[in-house]
Amino acid sequence: MTEVVEHTPQAPPAPPRTGWRRVLAPGWLRVPWMTTLFFGIGFGLVTGIRWWAGYDPILDWLVIVTVAALITAPVGFLAAIGAFDYWTYYALGFPSRAEDHSGHGARSWRDYFRVNTDHKVIGIQYLVTTIFFFLAGGLLAMLVRAELAKPGMQFFDTQTYNGLFSVHASLMIFLFVIPAFAGLANFVIPLMIGAPDMAFPRLNALSYWLLPIAGTMMLSSFLVPGGAFGAGWTGYAPLSIVGTNGNVWFNMGVQWAGASSILTALNFLVTIITMRAPGMTFWRMPLLVWANFTTSLLVVLATPFIAGSQFFVMFDRLMHTNFFDFNDGGYTLGYQHIFWFYSHPAVYIMMLPGFGIASEVISVMSRKPIFGYRLMALSLIAILILGFSVWAHHMFVSGMAPWLRVPMMVTTLMIAVPTGIKVFSWLATTWEGRLRLDTPMLFALGFVSMFVIGGLSGIMLGAVPIDIHTSDTYFVVAHIHYVLLGGSLFTIFAGIYYWFPKMTGRMYDEKLGKLHFWGTFIFFNLTFFPMHIIGVQGMERRIADYPPKYGDWNLFISLASFALGASFMVFVYNMVVSWLRGAPAPSNPWRSLTLEWQVSSPPPIFNFDEIPQVVGGPYEYGVPGARHAVFNGQRELGEPGEVRVE
Amino acid sequence: MRRGSIVRVVSIGLLAAAVATSIAIFIPWLPENASKEGERIDFVFWFVIAICIAVFSVVAAVTVYSVVKFRARPDDDSDGPPIHGHTRLEIAWTAVPAVLVTAIAIVSAVALAENGKLKRDRLVVEVTARQFAWTFAYPPEAKAREVSKDTQLCDLPPAPPNCPVSGVLRLPEGRQVELRLRALDVIHSFWVPEFRQKQDAVPSKLKVGQVTQLPITPTRIDKYTVVCTELCGVGHALMRAPACVMEPRKFQEWIRSQQRKPQGTPEQAECP
Repeated sequence: MTEVVEHTPQAPPAPPRTGWRRVLAPGWLRVPWMTTLFFGIGFGLVTGIRWWAGYDPILDWLVIVTVAALITAPVGFLAAIGAFDYWTYYALGFPSRAEDHSGHGARSWRDYFRVNTDHKVIGIQYLVTTIFFFLAGGLLAMLVRAELAKPGMQFFDTQTYNGLFSVHASLMIFLFVIPAFAGLANFVIPLMIGAPDMAFPRLNALSYWLLPIAGTMMLSSFLVPGGAFGAGWTGYAPLSIVGTNGNVWFNMGVQWAGASSILTALNFLVTIITMRAPGMTFWRMPLLVWANFTTSLLVVLATPFIAGSQFFVMFDRLMHTNFFDFNDGGYTLGYQHIFWFYSHPAVYIMMLPGFGIASEVISVMSRKPIFGYRLMALSLIAILILGFSVWAHHMFVSGMAPWLRVPMMVTTLMIAVPTGIKVFSWLATTWEGRLRLDTPMLFALGFVSMFVIGGLSGIMLGAVPIDIHTSDTYFVVAHIHYVLLGGSLFTIFAGIYYWFPKMTGRMYDEKLGKLHFWGTFIFFNLTFFPMHIIGVQGMERRIADYPPKYGDWNLFISLASFALGASFMVFVYNMVVSWLRGAPAPSNPWRSLTLEWQVSSPPPIFNFDEIPQVVGGPYEYGVPGARHAVFNGQRELGEPGEVRVE
Repeated sequence: MRRGSIVRVVSIGLLAAAVATSIAIFIPWLPENASKEGERIDFVFWFVIAICIAVFSVVAAVTVYSVVKFRARPDDDSDGPPIHGHTRLEIAWTAVPAVLVTAIAIVSAVALAENGKLKRDRLVVEVTARQFAWTFAYPPEAKAREVSKDTQLCDLPPAPPNCPVSGVLRLPEGRQVELRLRALDVIHSFWVPEFRQKQDAVPSKLKVGQVTQLPITPTRIDKYTVVCTELCGVGHALMRAPACVMEPRKFQEWIRSQQRKPQGTPEQAECP
């Protein structure tokens, strides 16, 4: 274990508060009263203004809930746990307190439940929270499949059913895939580039705490009178304007999750641009860093569009504006253009970090340099640029300007080229390697093969005539699950298993890991491959009931999906038990060259006792005498895994 | 690469291709086609499927071969050969997919253009979608073809005289139909899987709004089902309507009988 470097505080920190004053200190004791207080402020604002302006009724609960419960109360919660304390003191002109790093790093399990500025703690907070929402979203999927196991309505009414799949998709996208990648990157990126932390640690903490708010909002929309939002995760206007009031909870949930995404992305950009260790040029960055760099650019440029689209929908409902409400001349298709201008790049936001993880794992576990490193990085940039020019391929049958179809089809199909480059390069990396099929590698290779199927069905959907037949059918459901489950989720698992030793200092159980992989891999295919078939046969998506002719396949799919759900229990069990009682992990179990493996597991609080000097590429496996980085005093030593002289 | 490994990779690839091809052929995928536009769509479908099977087989072959052949023994701590890339190979796998997707784009664009062509003697049917029902109106033929496609003559409700209205979509066999669609409340989408063609109906007020358009040339006399494929609320799954393709002579008889009928007479909602 390396010694912790403590910075010397310039002035003594404020003494901890005692007795009843503890309810004034940042933390959970402040949460109940401050959240209530801020709810009251929102309530007062709405009722006060309505009373003063003479609006009737003064108690309009839809407006009150929107302002007080979905906006001011969450701000109160963030203030209560202490996300704003430092900035508030600074802004109000109080003497700023010297940073004593008491809010940095985890010394006990309690430190994971408060505002913490350590990127490693935040990364783990992100991952545990997102896995919680993954399980919640998965449970909703189980309920959906239970209802669809037989023709006819069995368990739910159609409004509830619409809520189930809408909340399922929203949680999986906004509260699992996107933030889970942000969590992994949060832990790994500063270590990989040789930085002590992210560029803006307090902003990083705030980004995390926005997430539970967004997730709670989406889940609790089931409690709203009238039911949860049921217009799908795409929330097309005008259905999302005239649907139940649960839609507002989606509109606002997306704002909180989107704000979290944007803030994290800005943080990554600044960190990657300004905080790389000496010698870490862009062309020496690991591909995961490249992937998060391009992803962050996508997030920063695209996310404001979905934020705008959801605000407009909410305004149409609450303030009777008419952005999309056709009754007053609104532009119905405008919603889809704005929405997909975010949500297509979002597909790459959910994919590029996974590409990065796959590159790391496949190179290390093939014991070979990544094949065509520069082309791999350049194809990320090509995807970034092309990704903004394809959004209308979601709208081939929407009634948009017909001339847009062919250009959008061409750009869509062209994205297959950089994506293909990546797939072939991964395969070439394994060629003649020394493959070690540990769990992360299994998930990485599983990702490559499943993503190819998802990519090919994507090409089919990109070809307009095929899309005209298959859009809004189960073919699309199959496609997105091959891309997001076989693609994103598999890489998230690869990443979690790969960095688990680094995060927890313990090894996971390899046997259970393999069991998890094979269970997930087999039942994933049995669940989702048949969806291609029933989709092409004519079963449309998002229906609560279907004609009996699709009954056999649907029963098969439902049974397979329950087994798929069970396979994730193996994962949860493995993680919990290994974290508590796993064998201690060495600092570099995979004999990787990248920087995060050159420090102890778990790493010291400020990551590096001394700044590493980067002297070569990150994937120089098999190159005699090659090094990625050197530390003073280690120049001649040859750390395990860092250099191999043949 | 030795000759032995090439043979093995190719045989795994052929095996993968055989499995994928049998899945494509022996499982009934597309429902039996019933329109001229559908024939072109089916052609594009199988064209792209063939390319997909080829690409999938290459990837599957290399993956399986690598995993089996290059798997390291547990005690083997050596590294692989330090191959950083291969320029000609990288150019090849950039160029070949580019050529393939260009071919797909051309075939698709041609099929799309062909399917969008409107014939002089087409029949115009005005489709109105609302939560959760379809209505089909048959405006006077000659007049309907003259007016811009952005209008519906049979403004609903109520339908003007000379506009027979039905809850059943009746189409004559072998003649092109131009559907003009709009919605009254939220977005709906018109689809008959056997016709392949699909189009959203977008809510609009007639004067300011937007009427979408979909050509279909039915080729087979039978009963079909119109389904709504765009999530439209609690009754989405039930938003279905019968569609019948009839002999042209019978269709004309039906139209005439409808025009003679006094307004508001309930209509038999079944195919003959």
